[in-house]
Amino acid sequence: MIPAEPTGPGVPAGPGLPPVSPGPPGQTSPPPDTELAELAGAELEPDEEAAPVPDPEVAEAVLAPVASSAVGTPLLTVEDLRSYLATGHGVVRAVDGVSFTLAQAEVLGIVGESGCGKSVTCRTIMGLLPKGLAHSSGRVIYHPRGEGSLLDASQDQWQALRGSQLAMIFQDPMTALNPVLTVGEQLLEAVNAHAKLRRDAARARAVELLRRVGIPAPQRRMRDYPFQFSGGMLQRALIAIALASSPRLLLADEPTTSLDVIIQDQILSLLLELQQDTGMSMILVSHDLAVITEVCDRIIVMYAGQVVEEGRAAAIITEPRHPYTRALLGALPQAGHQGELLSIPGHPPSLIDPPAGCRFAPRCPLVTDKCLTWETELLSTGGDGHLARCWRHEEVARQGPATQGTVPQNTGPQITEVHE
Amino acid sequence: MTAMWAASPSEVLYKAASKAAGRRRSVARRRLPLIIGLVLLAIAILAVTFAPLLTSAPPNKIDVLNPLAPPLTPGHLLGTDQFGRDLFSRILYGGRIDLAIAFGATSVTLVGGTIIGLVAGYSGGKIDNLLMRIVDLFFAFPFLVLIIAIIAMLGPSTFNIFVAIWITSWVAYARIMRAQVIVAKKQQYVLAARALGYSRTRVMLRHILPNTASAVIIFSMVDAIGNIILAASLGFLGLGVQPPTPEWGTMISDGQNYMLTAWWLTTLPGLAVVFVGVSFSLIGDGLADVLRPGDR
Repeated sequence: MIPAEPTGPGVPAGPGLPPVSPGPPGQTSPPPDTELAELAGAELEPDEEAAPVPDPEVAEAVLAPVASSAVGTPLLTVEDLRSYLATGHGVVRAVDGVSFTLAQAEVLGIVGESGCGKSVTCRTIMGLLPKGLAHSSGRVIYHPRGEGSLLDASQDQWQALRGSQLAMIFQDPMTALNPVLTVGEQLLEAVNAHAKLRRDAARARAVELLRRVGIPAPQRRMRDYPFQFSGGMLQRALIAIALASSPRLLLADEPTTSLDVIIQDQILSLLLELQQDTGMSMILVSHDLAVITEVCDRIIVMYAGQVVEEGRAAAIITEPRHPYTRALLGALPQAGHQGELLSIPGHPPSLIDPPAGCRFAPRCPLVTDKCLTWETELLSTGGDGHLARCWRHEEVARQGPATQGTVPQNTGPQITEVHE
Repeated sequence: MTAMWAASPSEVLYKAASKAAGRRRSVARRRLPLIIGLVLLAIAILAVTFAPLLTSAPPNKIDVLNPLAPPLTPGHLLGTDQFGRDLFSRILYGGRIDLAIAFGATSVTLVGGTIIGLVAGYSGGKIDNLLMRIVDLFFAFPFLVLIIAIIAMLGPSTFNIFVAIWITSWVAYARIMRAQVIVAKKQQYVLAARALGYSRTRVMLRHILPNTASAVIIFSMVDAIGNIILAASLGFLGLGVQPPTPEWGTMISDGQNYMLTAWWLTTLPGLAVVFVGVSFSLIGDGLADVLRPGDR
């Protein structure tokens, strides 16, 4: 837990919350589940800032990855979000009708190939798209602020929201810190941005934050410049900066993509642990389904600017309802698999002039004539809000979970052939 | 060639290590121009500041018996001009005005131009367009012609030289700064700073400015030399500092009629200009090396 009022430098982490020691690569740490169970049992002293923290029972439930999607009231609602970007080649419909709801204390994953609109969705929610070159429509409602759409917020309202309510961490930690300021200066700046703290109190909080994200010798590391940090350490520092004002929603845009696998795992555990501690909600964006499934309660699969499947993490993994999700799962490398790794043939379509009908049709093994003309919509596929943008979702489900080598490939121009 | 192939791995490593050590030494060596420049400039500043201690002759006192005395004449270290005024004294006192122009005019245009370029580059859109069209307007005229026109309008005086430089010289800084800012504002740390809810002013001054200021700072050293030469040129044209106040450019201008008979009247103030110019130029070079990104 991040104490709102640290008592001084050198104070150990909050009660029952041992400081995270990242440990050298290879060193075994307790499995995340037990660690989290301990944390959940000990914690739940809500900051004044962190609004309705779930009561202990609910928090227990958050730990079980399956039964968690119903937790809490909605925090963020995105309705029919469209973000079009002007480029030299034309208007790119980077986000084309995305809707979802994020509950309090929920971890939502957004997954998809590069160029599917994941990052643009995040930046639209943060209001960080370049003005004049981007146009967004639809509604983004941040419920604690009322029913007004964030897309209509003024510059001042945005400044008050960013950092204190919504925070974001970026893909490449190497470039996300200002190279000419020390890490400590930047962390202090973030601590002071939305709170009036005395000098020593601010400093103590900054040191505490660094300690909390698992940076050894935080007092000393405050004086270092970003280039003196390793990639994993930088991402930890960035997480500390993002959490400096105790935001209620953290957007993590591919936070582990540029890190090696062991560090990836540490960062993900850290994020999840901090999320559990603070009761904040989190949107985790990744192109790596393995990363997403490890951490998230619920998953949105995006393809070509649209949501193609949405559901609870476990349901998506075990029973994908959209051929794209199935193909993504099939492309995951698996231990013991012999031979070539599978990929999905082809590329996502150009979003300047997206094809009519299903946008995945040209790459889909189950494509029929109907797919090319079908007015796509998200269909309910049964319980628990599992949605898929495929009219043949039942057949996809019947094929069962995908593993490496079991997904049939769309080998040629079979578009006229009807699989019935 | 054959020796290279024959080198054993340890020899290769040894060579690489000594090369690395050489690079470390060269960091100190790279600072050398900066240090020399600062020392020369300090000498110049101290000399003009403590001019009364270095010479007893007032700059405008006429020694009727000794006009056009050559250097090393007793009582006149660097000789006298056509009116018998002590040249050493006039160079020292004249330097006060030239150095004041180098610092006073340049610092104002540096700060003003940098702020305008920062705002234009970061804001983009209409504000950028408006500011850059104003900059274009200034660039459309030959620089010296513009300065001469302004001084002709305001009347020649020391203060009006400052005013003319303030009005015209910020444009170069604005343009350099804008280009730097447009590159910097696309960096992820700027996006990250905005994502933390920092105000525009904070993002500009604390996150963009320190990463972009080196180019304008280095340019300001070149510009300071330019401003001294400009002041000298204006003095030469009779539009600068008015007689009898000593100023290097005016002195060179006054001395040109005696070029063949009394070379020191033009040469010695000219050397003073060169001395200060070289010191600024060395500082600019040294700063360029020290501020070069990636060499922290």
